[in-house]
Amino acid sequence: MGYKLTPAGFGALLDELATNYQIFGPVRYAGKGRLAGTDLTTYGPVRSVSDLVWDARTTFAPKEVFFPVKESLLYFSGQEITEPSLEMKETLVFLRACDLNAVSRLDKIFLANGPEPDSYYARRRQHIHFVLMECQEGFPGCFCVSMGTNMATGHQAALRLENDHYLLQALAEPWIALGERYGQPARVEPVWVEKNPLTVRVPERVDIALFQHELWREYACRCIACGRCTLSCPTCSCFSVQDVIYRDNPERGERRRVWASCQIDGFTDMAGGHQVRADRGDRIRFKVLHKIYDFRRRFGINMCVGCGRCEEVCPEYISFARCVNTLNQLMEVQGRDA
Amino acid sequence: MSYNTKELIKNAYRITSQRGFTALRIRVPGGHLEASYLGLIQDIARRYGNGTVHLTTRQGFEIPGIPLDKVPEVNRLLAPLLEKEAALGVPIENFQAGYPAAGTRNVTACIGSRVCPFANFDTIALAQKIESLIYPNHYHVKIAITGCPNDCIKAHLQDIGIIGQVEPEYDPGRCIACQACVKNCRQFIVGALEMDNYQVQRDGKRCLGCGECILQCPMAAWTRGPRYYRIVALGRTGKKSPRLAATFLEWIDEKAVLQVIANLYRYIDRHIDRSLPKEHVGYIVDRTGYQVFKEELLEGVDLGPKGRVARELPFYGYSYDRNLYMEG
Repeated sequence: MGYKLTPAGFGALLDELATNYQIFGPVRYAGKGRLAGTDLTTYGPVRSVSDLVWDARTTFAPKEVFFPVKESLLYFSGQEITEPSLEMKETLVFLRACDLNAVSRLDKIFLANGPEPDSYYARRRQHIHFVLMECQEGFPGCFCVSMGTNMATGHQAALRLENDHYLLQALAEPWIALGERYGQPARVEPVWVEKNPLTVRVPERVDIALFQHELWREYACRCIACGRCTLSCPTCSCFSVQDVIYRDNPERGERRRVWASCQIDGFTDMAGGHQVRADRGDRIRFKVLHKIYDFRRRFGINMCVGCGRCEEVCPEYISFARCVNTLNQLMEVQGRDA
Repeated sequence: MSYNTKELIKNAYRITSQRGFTALRIRVPGGHLEASYLGLIQDIARRYGNGTVHLTTRQGFEIPGIPLDKVPEVNRLLAPLLEKEAALGVPIENFQAGYPAAGTRNVTACIGSRVCPFANFDTIALAQKIESLIYPNHYHVKIAITGCPNDCIKAHLQDIGIIGQVEPEYDPGRCIACQACVKNCRQFIVGALEMDNYQVQRDGKRCLGCGECILQCPMAAWTRGPRYYRIVALGRTGKKSPRLAATFLEWIDEKAVLQVIANLYRYIDRHIDRSLPKEHVGYIVDRTGYQVFKEELLEGVDLGPKGRVARELPFYGYSYDRNLYMEG
């Protein structure tokens, strides 16, 4: 069902939704950018229509709404252990097609990777509902078309900002009822980005011989191991575990999981001091191949969704897209030589 | 030849080593200028000067080799530059008469946040605002503005050096304990950050407000809070006791900065030794002592909840009395 809504109509719709849902979406925080005088666009609570940011990609991905940066797994007090209960309101997340595709990647890792689903993820995830924000065109550095993530499924509704009004495609309740109440019926067909200025060709296969390629040596010099590429990535799911002992009572404390990054020092440290990937070039190789090769070998789809964040946030101008295209060329050359 | 050198100097012309020739100093508040003015500077240098231009240590242009009898003509050509000053709010009475004063030097600034990622604010905009507050003025005062404690503009060699500060705000919920901020602060700054129980603790009394933790943080756990300024005072070079400025005030807002600068001119007016042809503010403070300086500069100034004032200015460590430490 399609509806046309005025900003006021859509605002009233959101107000009604807010009584039963918590709503997250791309929001701009004035003056909160890294650099003086810049804003931070990222996921946060949406309180009104005007909060939703359409003209910029978010620095961080929507995953933090249901995969918190920090999550208490259990509390301990002497010999007792308690698992924290979760009371969570139904939650709506406004997001783009690439990011919605990224959710399916996170679902694979947390729900379908081991013998049991990750209960902490699962219990949040069941309360999450998605509203697609349609892209008229991508942002610089996007390559969703190359990754096949320009289209998406699994959302309750799709929303398009067109000139001075919103077009709503209601695919499920409560959106049909809300569309009827706050909008005018209209013909709304989904619109997908069909072309990005940037094309990325993912190699079908990556030869293990490429592990020693000089390409990674270049990245070893350029990368500063800050971890921004992974922390902003909508599909990265790695976490570390912290046991926090309360300062005022060492008998009590909690075990948390906290986002971690394969790019940051310490990620592969093992007892005895061995580091699996001390070299930064090796870390980039590990990340890139996971995004476009290893994950696919396990789950049948590429992990990367082409959102372009990793390139945009890299202070050293390292381009994931260029790296993948270089790998593809190297494999093509190898194919010809064979 | 008959020229009033005092008047020439106040008109931003210099008495030079070449008899009969002068050099004109063009002010560039904040060291930033629309490139369109370069044509005018080139024109004056070619038609009236010796065809060269010197980039001054205070971010202005100095045009040497101008015959003294051409000063009135050159002054008429300066109208567009004076109009630019007027647009900043500087009161200019006669746009045909050249610069109305030269004692208060060009307000210099590092390139600031328009270009530099380390800068905590738009230094050029503040330089231009201060220019309108203090110019024209014959008192010899040097002010410089810098975006962060790297102090690329050398604010520590000025009478008043203004250093941008930002109060970093920490969201422990976003911190992944990567320690990028802690390591950076310890290695390159003052070591105001410590990791305790996977959480960063910041020593607010030690923190310089440089904002590096915000730049380092890959998670936006550190973000920009309110902007403040630190004022370093009474630095100087010169043939008598050069010294680096010391921190006079910190964590104050822009309004307080502007009030302190306005007060500085009142202080000079009260205490300057008028028997001398000129007296640089630093030497006035040598006479009155810091306590008088402090009291008068803080008159009517709201330092706000975070503002801190120096009890005394710890000047030490460098002396021109080389007999104290040189052999022979």
